[in-house]
Amino acid sequence: MAAYFLSLDPAALGRACPGGIAQGLIWGIMALGVFLTYQMLNFADLTVDGSFATGGAVTIMLVMNGWNTEASLIFAFLVGVVAGLITGLLHTLLGIPDILAGILTQIALFSINLNIMGMANRAINVNTVHPLITSNIIHSTRTILVMLAVCAIVIALLYWYLGTEQGSAIRATGINPKMSRAQGINTGRMKVITLALSNGMVALAGGILSEYQGFADVNMGRGAIVVGLAAVIIGAVLGEAIFRKRMNFVLRLSFVVVGSIIYYLVYVFVLWLKFPANDMKLLTAIVVAIFLAVPYLKQQRQSSFSRIAKENIKKGLDKEVK
Amino acid sequence: MLEVRNISKTFNPGTINEKVALDNVSFTLNDGDFCTVIGGNGAGKSTIMNAICGVWPVDSGAILIDGKDVSGLCEYKRAPFLGRVFQDPMTGTAAGMQIDENMALAARRGQRRTLRWGVTSKEREEYRELLKFLDLGLEDRLTAKVGLLSGGQRQALTLLMATMKKPKLLLLDEHTAALDPKTAAKVLEATDRIVERDHLTTMMVTHNMSDAITHGNRLIMLNDGKIVVDISGEEKKHLTVEQLLHKFEEVAGEESVSDSMVLSHP
Repeated sequence: MAAYFLSLDPAALGRACPGGIAQGLIWGIMALGVFLTYQMLNFADLTVDGSFATGGAVTIMLVMNGWNTEASLIFAFLVGVVAGLITGLLHTLLGIPDILAGILTQIALFSINLNIMGMANRAINVNTVHPLITSNIIHSTRTILVMLAVCAIVIALLYWYLGTEQGSAIRATGINPKMSRAQGINTGRMKVITLALSNGMVALAGGILSEYQGFADVNMGRGAIVVGLAAVIIGAVLGEAIFRKRMNFVLRLSFVVVGSIIYYLVYVFVLWLKFPANDMKLLTAIVVAIFLAVPYLKQQRQSSFSRIAKENIKKGLDKEVK
Repeated sequence: MLEVRNISKTFNPGTINEKVALDNVSFTLNDGDFCTVIGGNGAGKSTIMNAICGVWPVDSGAILIDGKDVSGLCEYKRAPFLGRVFQDPMTGTAAGMQIDENMALAARRGQRRTLRWGVTSKEREEYRELLKFLDLGLEDRLTAKVGLLSGGQRQALTLLMATMKKPKLLLLDEHTAALDPKTAAKVLEATDRIVERDHLTTMMVTHNMSDAITHGNRLIMLNDGKIVVDISGEEKKHLTVEQLLHKFEEVAGEESVSDSMVLSHP
């Protein structure tokens, strides 16, 4: 036991933190995409596991072919938009239930991603192309600052968009589709637009991550939805705890990114504790399950059958029935 | 204003659950008519509302609003012509959005949803004035989430939203059935005032015979998907609950009269 603690190096944890923050910010963009579908539209979109990797694959292939690193990201966004459109049309035009529509696109994208790259993974030479956002520790400050700016811009754009007439229509569609149609809103179109936008953001995040790590892998999006949900939920729980009733919409959006950063810092910390890397997905699932369960259990504690039963037994009500 | 021509609708055709919900129904509402619709459970009251709104397509027949055939238009495309209030107070508004945001959604019924700001400060002032008309104190709570309002307040707000953009036809589907008697009377009173102010052509489904008699200038009774009684003008004015009950028993049989149809609001 003592040997284990002695083997832990505090300096190593300090060195790993900037990387955790950078990754948290990158996945924050992805989590904002998940926020858009899961929170605004009430649609658990599983397309993201595929479109995240598609964004990475497209970006890496374009950069390999001499494209500018930033222009490649714009293209990744557009490809993500198309992926979201497909899920949206499967759902609205063909009547396939939401989760299944997402899974279908996701599994189709697996083959498409392999075709884009021609193999399971591709790397760029980070010594010849110099992406603005990189895992190279020399540039960690620049990477974090650039990613902070990107996140701020995305949050500002989302805040503006969801406040417009179209954004209001999207929110109404998520809350009450029947009312929305009665107010002349084309709910199907709103769903498709949101899914397209969301997957565009997810693919953008996938593209940024692939430049950051210098490669794309066909499996890089596996479990992305869970990471996105983790960020959304951790952010929401934390934001509520800190700001309570002063929680406004900008804060809600910002805390999605905060949730993502916290997730990755915890990730870094757990790895530093020498937790086996192979079990990280298991750990993630457990963490997300706990965060999903906490609000439910809290509410259950306030009003539950067993609580009132116990209370009444204390009062001796069980002895009255003879 | 509204012309319903020989519409029919059968649910689950060819199955054991087959149900003829509307059977060759025809009627016409003139400009400014206020028509109440009554009938027992499963008579087709809500079905005829849903047919007019385009919740699903009818099997045959035509629905004309202002002379335009809307039978082939889906629900959201018909919305510009229609103001709707539902039975469930939760249905007519978006709970997670603010009062002003809900009203802004209704103010844009029939318009393209653009990238302009969802609700402007000039609009807020207009909404405040409109809310004063309801006399429920909602004008001071413009930025409150609608989910915090009571059922009656939500129903009154839905009514306001349905009539903000003057609809060709106002459809009220048992919109007071889920409210307590006092609140129901208040919402009904607001309904009358708005319908009168804007000269709206209105259809109101109700379970309550006394409401059906005291409101509007026309009364339609449905049974088994058919119109069995159609009273208007002087005859409607002098109609009593006893007469109506008698007519109902004649066509539907005594056992289909439920207590709630006879009981009137205090």
